[in-house]
Amino acid sequence: MSVTVELAETRAAIGSGAADVTAPRLRAAPLAWAAAAVALAALILSPVASLTLTAMQGSGEVWPHLLAHVLPQATMTTALLLGGVGIVVVVLGVGAAWLVSAYEFRGRRLIEIGLLLPLAMPTYIVAFAYLDLLHPIGPAQSGLRDLLGVTRPKDLLLPEIRSLPGCVILLGFVLYPYVYLPTRALFLMQAGSLIEAARILGRSPSAVFLRIALPLARPAIALGTSLALMETLNDIGAAEFLGVRTLTVQVYATWINRSDLPGAAQIALVMLAMVLLLLAIERWGRRGRGYAGSAQRQRSMARHRLSGALGLAALGLGMVPIVIGFLVPAAYLVHSAIARISRLGFPHGVIAEAGNTLLYAGLGTMLAAACGFFVAAAPSLVSRRFGQGLIRLAALGYALPGAILAIGLLGPLTLADGAVSGVTTTLFGTAPAIIGVGAGGALVVAYLVRFLAVGVGACEAGLSKVPGSLAEAGRMLGRTPIATLLRVHLPMTWPAVLSGALLVFVDCVKELPATLLLRPLNVETLATHLYGEAIRGTYEDGAVAALLIVLVGLIPVALLLRLGSPADTRAQNGP
Amino acid sequence: MVGWVSQCLLGGAVAFAWITGASAAEVNLYTTREPGLIKPLLDAYTAKSGVTVNTVFVEKGLAERVAAEGERSKADVLMTVDIGNLIELVDRGLAQPVRTEALVAAVPAPLRDSGGLWYALSMRARVAYADKDLTDTALTYEDLANPKWKGKLCLRAGQHPYNTALIAHFIVKHGPEKAKDWLTGVKANLARKPAGGDRDVARDILAGTCTVGLGNSYYVGLMRSGKGGPDQQKWGDGIKVVLPTFAGGGTHVNVSGAVVAKSAPNRDEAVKLLEYLVSDEGQGLYAKGNFEYPVKPGAPVDPLLTALGPLTIDTVPLADIARNRKAASLLVDTVGFDN
Repeated sequence: MSVTVELAETRAAIGSGAADVTAPRLRAAPLAWAAAAVALAALILSPVASLTLTAMQGSGEVWPHLLAHVLPQATMTTALLLGGVGIVVVVLGVGAAWLVSAYEFRGRRLIEIGLLLPLAMPTYIVAFAYLDLLHPIGPAQSGLRDLLGVTRPKDLLLPEIRSLPGCVILLGFVLYPYVYLPTRALFLMQAGSLIEAARILGRSPSAVFLRIALPLARPAIALGTSLALMETLNDIGAAEFLGVRTLTVQVYATWINRSDLPGAAQIALVMLAMVLLLLAIERWGRRGRGYAGSAQRQRSMARHRLSGALGLAALGLGMVPIVIGFLVPAAYLVHSAIARISRLGFPHGVIAEAGNTLLYAGLGTMLAAACGFFVAAAPSLVSRRFGQGLIRLAALGYALPGAILAIGLLGPLTLADGAVSGVTTTLFGTAPAIIGVGAGGALVVAYLVRFLAVGVGACEAGLSKVPGSLAEAGRMLGRTPIATLLRVHLPMTWPAVLSGALLVFVDCVKELPATLLLRPLNVETLATHLYGEAIRGTYEDGAVAALLIVLVGLIPVALLLRLGSPADTRAQNGP
Repeated sequence: MVGWVSQCLLGGAVAFAWITGASAAEVNLYTTREPGLIKPLLDAYTAKSGVTVNTVFVEKGLAERVAAEGERSKADVLMTVDIGNLIELVDRGLAQPVRTEALVAAVPAPLRDSGGLWYALSMRARVAYADKDLTDTALTYEDLANPKWKGKLCLRAGQHPYNTALIAHFIVKHGPEKAKDWLTGVKANLARKPAGGDRDVARDILAGTCTVGLGNSYYVGLMRSGKGGPDQQKWGDGIKVVLPTFAGGGTHVNVSGAVVAKSAPNRDEAVKLLEYLVSDEGQGLYAKGNFEYPVKPGAPVDPLLTALGPLTIDTVPLADIARNRKAASLLVDTVGFDN
């Protein structure tokens, strides 16, 4: 058999996914993966199915009211909020990623890591902090009045943070790392040779950025922006606090104030359909384009050295998002936490809460990252069509407001509980009390369903860079698809996979609505403690928990710091 | 092999029974009230009775969670704020009737269900926060729509249950048409978009953004006592607090309350916990910890609240307010109150 024929056969095998031309003894594997994929799909679909059933119990009476009095304004507000946040996160995220990837300057390493820090900040805490700081009788404006010799707050009117523009800026400066992280990972993995070729051909830096780097990074930018926008759309804490009436606020008003869960589910499902449509349009926009690199070991681009004033300017520019998105609110939290500790001592139980947070967020992250890699690889592992369907499906959990997703999960989870209890009753004549919701299993499942999209997105963006030739080589050498995936793809996409896991972890640590609804008796996490204090207005009591959330969030950032260095070393030393 | 597996499963089941098994001395509380608020109450109860209180703070979806858990739910007591939320638990069939002498004696008839399905545990009034320079302090809720307040009024969102309940109360008092005119008038008087919480009203008055606004009575205690820190103390001390009334009526009051869960595994303990919460001691802790008005006549009131003057509660039954909650919420949208 000639090599050409073998290659063609291997291609066919990868294309169809089901047949394995290499080793008969491994035939069973694809079936197991297919079964796993189907089970995962069922799990992701279960809350949406449950919500659909709920929605169908409604009469539809909610719609005339919405059309007449709510949708015109709420749709406009939502669109402006999403558009505004979209612009801010793309400009900050891509700009920052390019700054630390393309230029070398004093303090670059610090900026590179620091730019991730806002990830650790729950958006509603940032909103609380900035309102305290920027309120007419807060420290910033009081100081300014003293400086200008103005006595009454009325006489110096500054823009109000409790407004749509205020909300756009706050959310943008907290959410841009969703774009920064995958885009930077992509710049890291990306063939530096392309960029260098362009530089050698005399292209200006801006042309290199606009014509080469930006188009190459499009999958990462699209992924990050869609994550940030879904966060924005589903945000309830910050938006409500700042008086921005989005469609999501209406979902809650319908559910909570009118006891109309079916109506709320209807609105949420329509919004979900819109989100999926937008995601599909984006995917369609880059259909048929390959983003794979070459089989040779990737080289990061050589960084352009900036010295003197230019270096300082770069440093200053890189500091802006860190200061606004992290340092200012963090300093506020430190200040409040010190005030609390000096008045009342270290809050009781907060260490145990940190333990709970690590436990559940850790389990959720492991599950979501592993499943994320599996889903991203499903097109080559199971079947192309089914795998791509699964990837689309993974977005469902992230595209719904958190509390609505949690409500959707309640039914399936308690059903599963009931089934388990039925089995144990039959076997042993006794049933354990509620396990899933009661013992925290529900929480881990909720994290998986909610944040799978984050893990999948990162892995998919990474896998898209792995050239098909390597997979074919692996298969020709007699590796099973899964072995090829683990031995060839995983090492190559490690930065992307890990950055995805980092995002999932921080998301799990901050996650609020599902954690509130689904956790067992007597279990508090840092996020639930913080929220309980924040809505009572005892911010100071919550500040210690908030700081711990930030600290716990810093662990993965530190991990990423270690992850970044070997990749750089490898790139410099070459193969 | 099979024996080994079933042994493991059996061991697991025994462990579960051990973990989840109901000992006589515990009670499970599902609550929408913040842990920091009720923990002192529950700790005091445990110290006194030796009963362990297991709690979970569920903010949104309390009813949905208990309904989904069904018969196997561990919930004994469901505790929430706002009469609408309380009655929703009853309407969804999640409560069971409870009637003991202690409960009936402690909670006056208007503050409990006649069938014993729900009991109010504490009260809060919707009071006016006002600029200290304001001299005219006789204020009615109706008056808030008076154009003399144009550009001088601060409120949190109309879709917040505290305001929705007040609007529902207005609907009961004056009918939907007048309520619409009133709410439109209130909206026209706003100095800023409805946002933030009740304390922000005090803060904005201090900043000169507005002159008058509405907030719950316990926030006054929380701010002025310094429990929320020195900044909030400054806000609380910087405003004047007035108890408004409906014209010719009394002040709008909302409640926190509880029901005994339909499938409560520890029903007797649940009842005992409720009885403790409405006892003089329990009511005193509500007053001390969160500056709420007691439901039990004669129970102590915090001095920061008595300083606000005598509270005359309006006579509209709480259940009527709850019934008009949906209409009130729709009205908020209709007049674009939160836009």
